[in-house]
Amino acid sequence: MNAKTLPLYATLVIFVVAFALCAFQYPSMLSTRVIGNLLTDNAFLGIAAVGMTFVILSGGIDLSIGSVIAFTGVFLAVVLERTSIHPLFAFVLALAIATAFGAVMGAIIHFLEMPPFIVTLAGMFLARGMAFVLSIDSIPIRHPFYATLKSLYWVMPGGGRLTLIGGAMLVVFALGILIAQRTRFGTNVYALGGGAHTAALMGVPVGRTTIGIYALSGFVAGLSGIAYSLYTSAGYSLATVGVELDAIAAVVIGGTLLTGGAGFVGGTLIGVLIQGLIQTYITFDGTLSSWWTKILIGGLLFAFILLQKGILSLSRGGRALSVKGA
Amino acid sequence: MASSAVLTATGIVKTFPGARALDGVDFELRRGEVHALLGENGAGKSTLIKCLTGAYRRDGGRVELDGVPIDPRDPLDAQKLGIGTVYQEVNLLPNLSVAENLFLGRQPRRFGLVAPGEMNRRARALLAGYDMDIDVSAPLASYSVAVQQVIAIARAVDLSGKVLILDEPTASLDAQEVRMLFRIVRDLQAKGLGIVFITHFFEQVYAISDRITVLRNGRLVGTRETAQLPRKDLVTMMLGHELHATEKAADTHVENAGPVRYAFHGLGKTGKIKPFDLEIRQGEVVGMAGLLGSGRTETAELLFGVETADSGTCEREGERLSLASPRAAIARGFGFCPEDRKVDGIIGDLSVRENIALALQARRGWMRPLSRKEQDALADRYIKALDIRTTDREKPIRLLSGGNQQKAILARWLATNPEFLILDEPTRGIDVGAHAEIIRLIESLCAQGMSLLVISSELDELVAYSHRVIVLRDREHVAELVGGDVTTENIVEAIAGQDRRRAS
Amino acid sequence: MSGAKALGWRLLPQIVALVAILLLIWLSFPGFFTVEMQNGRLYGSLIDVMNRGAPVALLAVGMTLVIATRGIDLSVGAVMAICGAVAASSSVRGDPLVVTLAMSLGIGLLCGLWNGVLVAFLNIQPIVATLVLMVAGRGIAQLITEGAILTFNDPGLIFIGSGSVFGLPMPVVLWLVFGIAVALIVRRTALGLMIEATGVNRRAAMLSGIQAPAFLMSAYMLSGLCAALAGLVVTADIRGADANNAGLWLELDAILAVVVGGNSLLGGRFSIIASLIGAMIIQSVNTGILLSGFPPEFNLIIKAAIIVLILLIQSPRMSHLAAFAKPAGPAAPAVGMQKDKTIERTAP
Repeated sequence: MNAKTLPLYATLVIFVVAFALCAFQYPSMLSTRVIGNLLTDNAFLGIAAVGMTFVILSGGIDLSIGSVIAFTGVFLAVVLERTSIHPLFAFVLALAIATAFGAVMGAIIHFLEMPPFIVTLAGMFLARGMAFVLSIDSIPIRHPFYATLKSLYWVMPGGGRLTLIGGAMLVVFALGILIAQRTRFGTNVYALGGGAHTAALMGVPVGRTTIGIYALSGFVAGLSGIAYSLYTSAGYSLATVGVELDAIAAVVIGGTLLTGGAGFVGGTLIGVLIQGLIQTYITFDGTLSSWWTKILIGGLLFAFILLQKGILSLSRGGRALSVKGA
Repeated sequence: MASSAVLTATGIVKTFPGARALDGVDFELRRGEVHALLGENGAGKSTLIKCLTGAYRRDGGRVELDGVPIDPRDPLDAQKLGIGTVYQEVNLLPNLSVAENLFLGRQPRRFGLVAPGEMNRRARALLAGYDMDIDVSAPLASYSVAVQQVIAIARAVDLSGKVLILDEPTASLDAQEVRMLFRIVRDLQAKGLGIVFITHFFEQVYAISDRITVLRNGRLVGTRETAQLPRKDLVTMMLGHELHATEKAADTHVENAGPVRYAFHGLGKTGKIKPFDLEIRQGEVVGMAGLLGSGRTETAELLFGVETADSGTCEREGERLSLASPRAAIARGFGFCPEDRKVDGIIGDLSVRENIALALQARRGWMRPLSRKEQDALADRYIKALDIRTTDREKPIRLLSGGNQQKAILARWLATNPEFLILDEPTRGIDVGAHAEIIRLIESLCAQGMSLLVISSELDELVAYSHRVIVLRDREHVAELVGGDVTTENIVEAIAGQDRRRAS
Repeated sequence: MSGAKALGWRLLPQIVALVAILLLIWLSFPGFFTVEMQNGRLYGSLIDVMNRGAPVALLAVGMTLVIATRGIDLSVGAVMAICGAVAASSSVRGDPLVVTLAMSLGIGLLCGLWNGVLVAFLNIQPIVATLVLMVAGRGIAQLITEGAILTFNDPGLIFIGSGSVFGLPMPVVLWLVFGIAVALIVRRTALGLMIEATGVNRRAAMLSGIQAPAFLMSAYMLSGLCAALAGLVVTADIRGADANNAGLWLELDAILAVVVGGNSLLGGRFSIIASLIGAMIIQSVNTGILLSGFPPEFNLIIKAAIIVLILLIQSPRMSHLAAFAKPAGPAAPAVGMQKDKTIERTAP
């Protein structure tokens, strides 16, 4: 069990220690206000990262999520500006499109046996292109329902606000953990990551699972797009460029093996929070520049990749002989 | 006894482009019997198994399970019908827990969610039937191959329950693990399962099987009661001719080889092979025998610098050598044809020409390329000399048959003009014709003064061309047979081990 | 010579595609093939395509070799930004041009070395290994430029972006000369064979005496060098280093160029010339959309459509029969990314 959960604990320890250090230097960071903001500011990333976790656990990758988030935002803005349908109905439409988009990518990956990298790269271009076609300008969303949604929050003890989108992220994570750990679909995702061919021989419905994984990723990317449009009250086709990278980084820092098969959805939440914490610290500090975020995240990424590598070679060391003999 | 048959296959035909892999093969498996399926590589064993398990669709013939005709679409379908298969390479998922592996796709659920407690309880109960008490929530990868094998069997039996096919399950197990496995097989047999057992080890065939079916060149040679089939007859069935190797061998031994060319002292690596001494003379063939996993390949890899030794020295005619990498070994005139041709030998997408020129080119360095003309000449020369059958030297090597691939890899080394050639199972998995040619080649290379170390499971073959045979057991060099002592019986005895281990 | 003929056949689909696209553009924009000489320099849409395609073409050279080793280099865009920033800051500091160029190219090589070490010696999956620099690299570039767009006015450095030699813009000369030089070196020495052998079967290549790690390293270092060159071109073109945008997402275009060039993402056989044509195909599409009066918003959609088309053509399903002819092992890989892993697992 050690090798399986070690990266998760490592992430947790890093987060706690980093938070403690930050709080030691800036005691005001230790407030529910900061925590509330941390959750709100990273909500869209966190929601999307849940989908990315499933994709990576299965041994795949999804480069399209940033574009899908942007597309969803523009779609909502355009629909709400030009028609009179209710935002909730627009949400359903957007989610349906995003889910179908992911499902189609999954189907292409499975049936054409193409690398997810290239397929979702095409998806990335396509979704961004569709956003451009809808509008190249930033369109504000002024629907009163948005104001209502934004006014929904729970004041935590200490004055911090758990906003709707922050709470939504936590709910999505909770559901993600449940799906990963307690459903057959979840086990099948891990099984694919362990070896698609073996999984197929053992009866895992590879096609259905692959399509499901990318559909799920598309769905939560759509959800993330809704959260983002609530967060910014606008839709802009150039928004959230490169979010897929942040999401991948969060997943890996969260202790998931980038090659698939091992990891936890819960770890990704901590990965997202670590990224958010670095940003918060830089904001608090005031003198540090924003690029340190990227450099630090790159460094963390490297550290976790090395950690995974070390665990893998350790656990493999014992079995190397028998593998050789085979 | 037809009534007790659980699985009957009649007239199975399977054709591949350019080859008829199975030609009207009959096979009958009874309830509660262990049926060994034997044959040399390429005899059609795995093709037959694949036709029974649905991995291949047969081109002709009938398969009946409990008297009902079946035609499984894929292994999953066969499994549902009652035919489970366990392969040598455990086909389970190392990253999932033992319980998840056992119940993948049929996990017990409560309120729509998987109930891990219930699943683990059932998994423990299932494995208890195999006398196995392990933590079923731990990842499969944390257990040995033998335990994984048992888990795979438990899964297959639980899912299928009529026929269990064991495809070389013992290849990577040690003696104790094999005993454990056999105990389980006997239990299952007593429960009335029909078990097909494929192995290369005669001892195991005689230890466990009730009947033996032998295939050769895609045809059925015959099915016999194990108790009434002497080993010699079995070998004859498999090879198709009386063995004359033992007699012929005598004259190879007496002639003396040249002076000692290579001397290895105390070479060893912890966990791979215990330190050993080895001398190899000019113009000598040293054979190496032992079961799979006994340390044969490990020895070869140490000599060739694939693995770095953590003890010992190497000398060539008195001069110290460092064998830190294959590259260093090649520079000193070594060559190595590895056991697993597909994984370690051929560069599949490259042409026959490039595969042949590769080692020579690597030794010259990338700055000094062989011209296209030189490569063509080299390739043509060896294609002719070794009779490598290919339509064109530019054909990707993966499209060649196993025997021709092996010859191309031999050519790769011969092109470097080696002094010392290590061949790991040079005749495995290749057709009879190529087989004989490679043996002839070994003899002629030796006659030209090359030193050879040949690892082989084909004992009579070893006896035929070796001046000396080193026998390995449990990752240790345990015996050295010289001259008249080089006989199959002596080798088998040494492999079996009468506890008279040689100290080294 | 049979080699030249084989190369011709190999390049045929790419050449046909390029010509078809150029003709299509010409149909909607008749002035497309017009090339004029002004002040000793050629002008025209065709020249423009070659000029604008220079960064991707340069990147594609290195990416081809990396992909041939069964790898991928995601960091090239970020490395471009780093090298551009290094060049700009060096120039601003008043270093002589030679020092500026040497530093920039040297840093590119260093970045390649980093990736190469991770892949060749730590055995980290290339997509994972190069992700580190992809994420951190842009931050490093911003660190160098301190977040600003660092402008310079060294005429020598600017010449790389907008000068011309023999009437051709300098970037075009760069990628043509560099690309052809690398292609020649790779094929006239045994480097190409070694890289292909390493890409197809690393272990078998090692056992044949090939220093696979060295060739892996050299591929990633070349990719770093190419990124440095591309970074110089981009930086010189706008006369300033923009750490945020220089080379942004160009790694994807470069990979695309290699794939459009008919090189398999699973490594092995490669053709640098084909990748260069691939880069020109991509640029022609970009330019063509602009020229033909299509709204530029459709650019990405058309690009996506082209990828899907190529996917369909190159899909393993299409060549399934050939693949099935060779017996697949029990652990035969099924889906792209998983392929590497299976190899990694079975290799000791």
